[in-house]
Amino acid sequence: MKTPFAITLDVGSSLLNKTGSWRTERPVYVDRLPPCNNACPAGENIQQWLFHAEEGDYEQAWREIMRNNPMPAIMGRACYHPCESSCNRAQLDQAVNIHAVERFLGDQALRHGWQVEVSAQSSGKRVLVIGAGPSGLSAAYHLALAGHDVVIHEAGPLPGGMMRFGIPKYRLPRDVVDGEIQRIVDLGVTLRLNTKVEDIPATMQDEGYDACFVAIGAHVAKRVDIPTPDASRILDAVSVLRDMETESEPPMLGRRVVVYGGGNTAVDVARTAKRLGAAEAVIVYRRTRDQMPAHDFEMDDAMEEGVVVNWLRTITSMDDTGFTIEKMELDEDGWPQPTGEFETIEADTLVMALGQNVDTSILENLPGASVKKDGVVEVGSDMMTGHPGIFAGGDMVPSERTVTVAAGHGKKAARHIDAYLRGGKYTPAPKHELADHGLLNTWYYTDAEQTVQPLLDDIRRQTTFEEVTGGLDESNALYEARRCLSCGNCFECDNCYGVCPDNSITKLGPGKRFEFKYDYCKGCGLCAAECPCGAIKMVPEEI
Amino acid sequence: MSYQQVKFYQTGTLTVGNRLLDEQQRTVQATLDRSNSLDSGHRACQGCGEALGARYAIDAAMRAADNQLVATNATGCLEVFTTPYPESAWRIPWIHSLFGNAAAVATGVAAALKVKGREGIRVIAQGGDGGTTDIGFGCLSGMFERNDDVLYICYDNQAYMNTGVQRSSATPGAARTATTQPLGPQPGAEFGKGKNVPLIAMAHMIPYVATASVHDLHDLEAKVTRAMLLHGARYIQVFVPCPLGWGARPADTMKIARLAVESGLYPLFEAEHGEIVNVTRLRHRADVEEYLTLQRRFAHVFKHPEQLQHIRAIADQNIRKFGLLDAQEGVAR
Repeated sequence: MKTPFAITLDVGSSLLNKTGSWRTERPVYVDRLPPCNNACPAGENIQQWLFHAEEGDYEQAWREIMRNNPMPAIMGRACYHPCESSCNRAQLDQAVNIHAVERFLGDQALRHGWQVEVSAQSSGKRVLVIGAGPSGLSAAYHLALAGHDVVIHEAGPLPGGMMRFGIPKYRLPRDVVDGEIQRIVDLGVTLRLNTKVEDIPATMQDEGYDACFVAIGAHVAKRVDIPTPDASRILDAVSVLRDMETESEPPMLGRRVVVYGGGNTAVDVARTAKRLGAAEAVIVYRRTRDQMPAHDFEMDDAMEEGVVVNWLRTITSMDDTGFTIEKMELDEDGWPQPTGEFETIEADTLVMALGQNVDTSILENLPGASVKKDGVVEVGSDMMTGHPGIFAGGDMVPSERTVTVAAGHGKKAARHIDAYLRGGKYTPAPKHELADHGLLNTWYYTDAEQTVQPLLDDIRRQTTFEEVTGGLDESNALYEARRCLSCGNCFECDNCYGVCPDNSITKLGPGKRFEFKYDYCKGCGLCAAECPCGAIKMVPEEI
Repeated sequence: MSYQQVKFYQTGTLTVGNRLLDEQQRTVQATLDRSNSLDSGHRACQGCGEALGARYAIDAAMRAADNQLVATNATGCLEVFTTPYPESAWRIPWIHSLFGNAAAVATGVAAALKVKGREGIRVIAQGGDGGTTDIGFGCLSGMFERNDDVLYICYDNQAYMNTGVQRSSATPGAARTATTQPLGPQPGAEFGKGKNVPLIAMAHMIPYVATASVHDLHDLEAKVTRAMLLHGARYIQVFVPCPLGWGARPADTMKIARLAVESGLYPLFEAEHGEIVNVTRLRHRADVEEYLTLQRRFAHVFKHPEQLQHIRAIADQNIRKFGLLDAQEGVAR
């Protein structure tokens, strides 16, 4: 070896020095559960479809929704978006307007006629679905995709269940409902309308079904007894909203309409009455606004349209011109108690919106099935009733009664039915650790306020059934999707790759994320601290 | 602004890269083919701000100079941890001579290249704050004065870290070092001493002076790139936290740098020919306490409210002097 004067060693690279041996903690890439996904009753992978939408790949985004929920355009309108209530961005400025983006994607699909295809091989099994509401339709969709032959029996004249007979069309236009249902039927699902099933085992035997999913909803209105000389002036919310869809003439509600109840249905009826020409639409509720089950944004919309609310009142009797109502006050436990003070209120009609019961007669003679005291049907964690092979979901089982919960039940039941038909058991993948706000480094997110959806003007809202809330256009939807923080899942911002003082991260290229070079990583934790979305975890080294 | 801030792209331009951004708007550090001028295996401590700052700056300069670059290096941590004989972590032509003469050596290299007609090769001199603001200060001032075609980059970690954390003329008031112990009525370094070398460099009326911070990569790269577009003597001072010397968690390096800037204690600006042409405004103003509390070198400050007050006054003065807040924001706060 010939070296210059006083030089005894060849030049070497620092790469010979494996600094990874210094490490006491090692960074690992993780995927955490974003709070939106965690909150979605239909189990949508919201963050993943927003990820596609952020790139402008709306079809891919829509297909990602369709893996879990076959009705994005409906959900984007009718869902009460618990995803947004739990969105980490709310702690930064405002939640991502997830439902508006979902609606945009759903509308794009309807406009462009995007379809899904059944790729699974036919299983040769037949499944009976009873009820063409959100739950039944969702189950039918997932079962059809799994290769089963699905027949839906619907007792009513039109499919959609509460999406049609419960949610007024100014919130959910019927062409949207029809379009998304048609797409499910187009998968090869048979839909039989005006077909009421009386005896499930007999029907299953006669037509050769291997399993059944019952989702008949809760359509029987709850009532209270109010003394009245003219019972025809007392209606219930369910039939008013149903008649809006099925009768050629809208129901006669009169000029002054009182709605009794505090839920979303009460608000829907009051707003419908206003549109039918009622000069006064008054909601009477026995508790306070804070305790009202109706959502705030629905109440705000209703009050903008001129709906009036009487808080802390109960209706005690009715005479020819109106009602006697009693003032209530809250006791220490927050329960309304009568005060003995009375008022009168003039009205032509009273509509009761006090909730609905399930018509459980279909299950009463079913061996093994049991109905709980409050009139809902008991099901196991696999959505199966006590009768093997017969599953149930939607409003008729114990849960929150929303369109999205119903769609979630349909999916869940379909997964279990599929496993049941194949002689196995469905076990859902274990959930990842939740990506809390505290795991994020929010410095890196630029300020970007939520996009507001356009609203129809007040006059048209009071006189027509046109859709109140407008959709986002493409640029708005893109912007809104890009507000997503991608909590808990790498979105390839290159921060870890950039902030490593030891150059010990390999960038694998678009879509492939990154890899640690543990030979050199000293375990300083900078990558984990500077990851905006909390997708790196420091774990102790085993010594 | 020297670069375009992109809003609403999920993280805008604040992260290193972003799959949603055009290639041109991503940083050099985000690219697969960055030069990694300072490679793995170097012996810097965990979370070293200087190692990071040096790779950021030199990679950006390499990109700007089309990889035609020579660097001279003053004695200091950067020199020691990258080149323990016979290994080198540098992937560029690199020379070390003495503690105090990096600027003078760079002058010589630039002159030699000129004589040989190879002026396409650019020259960078670099060192820590000790080698720059104290020991190499005469050579640095001379290089400025002659307007030699050299970019001098000072990695400022506010003390002599290599030799055991002694005070330099870049050490801030109240900071604990081996030579400014937290004892007596005025613990830590004295207030009102030391030098502000970026302002002194500006007084030489050289073509370009800038301050940058390791936490704001886009800003840092933009400044290095701007400096490389110019010829003559240029000076960039980069704020680089030292976990060991400052008594901080290695994982907090970026956070500390961010808070130093956002509290107003380390104003970021650009100056050309003696005149400030751009300041980086505070994005979310931070309180100095947030910055101080992460570092043990300032632990005693919380028992000496007058020191805390003094540091806060320095931040306030910087914010006023450099206009670090938008007019509106200034009122609001």
